Amino acid sequence: MAERRTIRTGYLARVEGEGAFTVHVAGGRVEHAELRIFEPPRFFEALLRGRSFAEAPDITARICGICPVAYQTSSMNAMEDLCGVEVPEPIRALRRLLYCGEWIESHALHIYLLHAPDFLGYDGALELGRDAPAILERGLQIKQAGNRIMRLLGGREVHPINVRLGGFYRVPSPAELAPLTEVLERAREAAIQTVRWTAGFECPERELDAELVALSHPGEYAIERGRIRSDRGLDIAVNEYTHHFAEEHLARSTALYSRLRERGTYLCGPLARYALNHAQLSPVARELAREAGLGDSCRNPFRSIVVRSVELLYACDEALAIIAAYQPPDPPFVEVRPRQGVGHAATEAPRGMLYHRYAIDAQGAITDARIVPPRRTSW
Amino acid sequence: MSADRAPRLAVWKFASCDGCQLSLLDLEDELPALAAAVEIAEFHEATSHNVEGPYDLSLVEGSITTEHDAERIRAVRRASRALVTIGACATAGGVQALRNFADVDEFVAAVYASPQYISTLATSTPIAAHVDVDFELHGCPIDKHQLLEVISAFLAGRRPSISSTSVCSECKRRGLVCVSVAHGTPCLGPVTHAGCGALCPAYNRGCFGCYGPMETPRPDALVGLLRAQGLDGRSVERLFQTFNAAAEPFRRVVDDG
Repeated sequence: MAERRTIRTGYLARVEGEGAFTVHVAGGRVEHAELRIFEPPRFFEALLRGRSFAEAPDITARICGICPVAYQTSSMNAMEDLCGVEVPEPIRALRRLLYCGEWIESHALHIYLLHAPDFLGYDGALELGRDAPAILERGLQIKQAGNRIMRLLGGREVHPINVRLGGFYRVPSPAELAPLTEVLERAREAAIQTVRWTAGFECPERELDAELVALSHPGEYAIERGRIRSDRGLDIAVNEYTHHFAEEHLARSTALYSRLRERGTYLCGPLARYALNHAQLSPVARELAREAGLGDSCRNPFRSIVVRSVELLYACDEALAIIAAYQPPDPPFVEVRPRQGVGHAATEAPRGMLYHRYAIDAQGAITDARIVPPRRTSW
Repeated sequence: MSADRAPRLAVWKFASCDGCQLSLLDLEDELPALAAAVEIAEFHEATSHNVEGPYDLSLVEGSITTEHDAERIRAVRRASRALVTIGACATAGGVQALRNFADVDEFVAAVYASPQYISTLATSTPIAAHVDVDFELHGCPIDKHQLLEVISAFLAGRRPSISSTSVCSECKRRGLVCVSVAHGTPCLGPVTHAGCGALCPAYNRGCFGCYGPMETPRPDALVGLLRAQGLDGRSVERLFQTFNAAAEPFRRVVDDG
């Protein structure tokens, strides 16, 4: 007997943004599943037109309160690409440190406050914390370590104020950065425990058949630069993005659906990054991934929490390494002069690849903007 | 609120980036104690648990940009003993209120391939344009410690102790060098609501108005200084037209040219 039923979740809890999910089940098998995003549109790509190219980082940060650094960094990189500026290495390293702060904060939030309660049968982390206060405390401690980086380098946790085209308004002295080392070492220990904790969660064995897409860079686990690659042979420069990716507007959602032209559905986020770049993780992160049984790739979306935990550990290691090698950029920023043209950039937001493309005129006014957030393609 | 149960706290989202409600979760040191002191009765970002109202305190993030949300905020108001708006979207319409100065249909067509699928209002308006609001906490984003003070005050039945002076006076109190006078950097500190602790000047940057207009600002006087510092008319407009563009004193700068 094919029993039919429909499961509707009108408002998904513990996710970023507003969405609903409907599953049609027949005879114990899912026939059809549909995600609908009803977040009211705010029209960033329209309102950016006519703004100064220098305003893009502050304005686009407001797209996402959970990952503002991703938006700031993608927009700065795109404008610098457009204007032919390559920032000096110490500035790039400091930007990567800020981005690690966002990864640590956002990954800890995602693992402990958004995702883990589903595996453990709790409504949320605060409810979990009543039974297991040490676990909640551990998650908050890691999250706070990420926020400490955001606060020192960015000025505040949400919508940092200290970044600008070409660099920073003010850079910290080595003495200001030094106290972060101890905080991050504690967070790193807690991240190791996090990998072991999430690796023990029971989850269904399911594999997604989607192309995995992420940035990839020969020198490092890609976060703020790299080529766009996939596990099925895609390998393109960021400025070729629009030739390979297309967006569709469906009636049910205010978020567009992104697809690879002539290839179909793809997936970005931790699973994709891990599959493409795991060899570049820090030694301890690689070891813990092995211990957690992750192998060379993981296509089980339920286990993305384990992969995210491995990345959390990596971000702590990477932040510690950047701080240990820190040389204050002098001057804190380089001049970026406008010129007419088009610029592109992609970076790895905590939830996946974030692409920005801008056209500006000779005075620096934005004439066209296109932003493809990871929301619709990540797990 | 009755003495035999914990006060009910609800957090609501309208058109926004989630950053202000995230500030609540960014209170890492205080969060467990807060969760023990109240019942979190509605907070989608943090919990699947939700209970019907009435709520003792509703925190509202985001602006009103759809008919549906205009309805929804009225229902939230009816179910709430006290309603506090948090952040520039809820108190001023947010950055998405830049549509108020443009043609929304053109905006829709610029972003979406099928404009007929999109239902939106021509304006983004603050919550107080739709329902009575008991307190407005400014900022883009809000300051998390100010948020904690507001929650504590409402639960204790007292007025929040939130300064309504300007960023400029916070800056003086911190003893920072004035970026405007010393470096000629355009700064909205004299007209912007306090709350950030003069964050930007502390980072060698001019204030760009995240906290919106202070209670009794004189933007016209500041515009003269900004022009003298070399900003052209359009640059002055842009400076006032960000996250609080639709707040009356900032809007007037643009309307009056």
